Amino acid sequence: MTGAVKMRKKRKAYIMLLFVIPALIELILFNYVPMYGILIAFQDYVPGDSIVSSDAIWIGFNNFKQFFQTPNFWDLMKNTFFLCLFGFLIGFPLPVIVALLLNSSFNKKMSKVMQTIYIAPHFISLVVMVGILSIFFGTNGVINNRAVKLGGDRFSYFLDPKAFRPLYIFSGVWQDFGWSAIIYLAALSGVDPQLHEAATIDGASRVQRIIHVDFPAIFPTVSMLLILSIGGLMGVGYEKVLLMQTSANLDASEIISTYVYKKGLTGFTLPGYATAVGLFNSIINVILLVFANTVAKRFSENTLF
Amino acid sequence: MIETKKLHAKIQTGKGDKTYYVINFLILVFLTLIVVYPLYFLIIASFSDSNLVTSGEVLLIPKGITFEGYKRLIEDKTIWVGYLNTIFYTFFGTLFSLILTIPAGWGLSRPNIPYKKFLMWLFIIPMFFGGGLIPFYIVVSKLGMVNTRWALIIPSALSVWNVFMCKAYFESNLPAEILEAGRIDGAGELYLFVKFVMPLSKPIIAVIALYCAVGQWNNYFGALVFLTKSELFPLQLILRDILIMEDTSAVMGGGGGATFQEQVKLANQIKYTSIIVSSLPIILAYPFFQKYFNQGILVGSLKS
Repeated sequence: MTGAVKMRKKRKAYIMLLFVIPALIELILFNYVPMYGILIAFQDYVPGDSIVSSDAIWIGFNNFKQFFQTPNFWDLMKNTFFLCLFGFLIGFPLPVIVALLLNSSFNKKMSKVMQTIYIAPHFISLVVMVGILSIFFGTNGVINNRAVKLGGDRFSYFLDPKAFRPLYIFSGVWQDFGWSAIIYLAALSGVDPQLHEAATIDGASRVQRIIHVDFPAIFPTVSMLLILSIGGLMGVGYEKVLLMQTSANLDASEIISTYVYKKGLTGFTLPGYATAVGLFNSIINVILLVFANTVAKRFSENTLF
Repeated sequence: MIETKKLHAKIQTGKGDKTYYVINFLILVFLTLIVVYPLYFLIIASFSDSNLVTSGEVLLIPKGITFEGYKRLIEDKTIWVGYLNTIFYTFFGTLFSLILTIPAGWGLSRPNIPYKKFLMWLFIIPMFFGGGLIPFYIVVSKLGMVNTRWALIIPSALSVWNVFMCKAYFESNLPAEILEAGRIDGAGELYLFVKFVMPLSKPIIAVIALYCAVGQWNNYFGALVFLTKSELFPLQLILRDILIMEDTSAVMGGGGGATFQEQVKLANQIKYTSIIVSSLPIILAYPFFQKYFNQGILVGSLKS
């Protein structure tokens, strides 16, 4: 190969960078610059300041210390963790089971239709979802109307801290179990039918085939998603919680991310403090993820990185 | 062919499996009812007499059919402003996301793109770690986007998941021969992309467009954080006031000399109808896109 050809090839390769550059600019502006903005977690930042200026007031880990000393620090940690943990315990196995059931149903056409139905709630917006919850579980909701008719009393599920987690988790599962099952169904559709035939000839029942043929086929997918879920055990988002929060259920519904939102963007804002709290939360998430991945590495080959 | 079919039939009904199939069927039907009933109830409640709904009479069939809720909703200006805003955000937001995502996915799928490893890491890191809400807000506000329409279109346009899904699609679905043929003709990379890649990537474009469009249509949080001018509010933020805020009666039913009872009744009716009206576009689009997003997830799972 002559030098000129090599040069031309190289230039051609660099042209390919053009395809990535728009996305890269977006990524830098809205992902990497905010990462740099984490610096304000170590400052007494006043809105409007530039992040690094001569008059920035550096206060080291004071924001973090302040957070650890707030009276509701442990409540926030506990609420965040339990909301995620219970959500995970109920929300994680169900899609696996549903996928196995759909895949092993007697009538394939019927399972296709049902699958379509199960996925539908995924596309409902969070606002509408919480609206539906209040229509059913609100003080004047369907459940209460039914209860009164049967001689019971009204009970507002939205004002009771004990009802918050079940409502949040079960509505989440209702919305997403079908959607989450898709990925397992995709893995199941790749199972070689000959495996099933051989197993049947050996006298295996359908249940035995689920255990010995179907489940091993989706195991790598299950363990990968398991790692990701464990990494997300403290990472519940604020969007739906914020919609379901009432001043009466804060005991259970105030979690780290909603606290960050309130401290950082509403009322008298404390951006530096809120950023520190958020940073603390994301560091926990990264540690959990790395931990889950390391454990997975110990016991199987199915790891993220 | 017939042989295998027979064999399949035999496999389907192995001994002792009848009980399993019955249980399987019952569980699946039960789940179907749990998913379908709340949605069905919302539809029948939206045109039933609100008093009958409240007293728990409406359970399986609509009663005291009325379209008052729909009529009031159509007369309500804020809903329509929200609707138009949402259409605007959905269209331009999706378009912008596609412009960023598809070429990036293509670029990263090329084996010989320079600095490939470095670029991959640049894209992977934000999946697991970010600056958080407040620094993100500060960046958007420094760019002067707060309280403008840009705030809902530009800052969250890129999803790294979607880029990787796109990349995986290109890696497994674009026949190398076609690209090689193009290359021999001396075609440039851009020409290749427009002429060969784009026409072959319709399914992935459809999937990503669907994800982005649904995300935009359903998004309320961006508007909650970045917008305070009500004329810019998307539908979801307005819905939030109708569905979740406590005293909706004062907002919606204020016309004429209606009694308080009447207002509460109307407010309830409007809850049902606004859910139906706001979800209508997605309900209508759902059957068309159904086959595409199944494919899309499949592509994504291949990658993992």
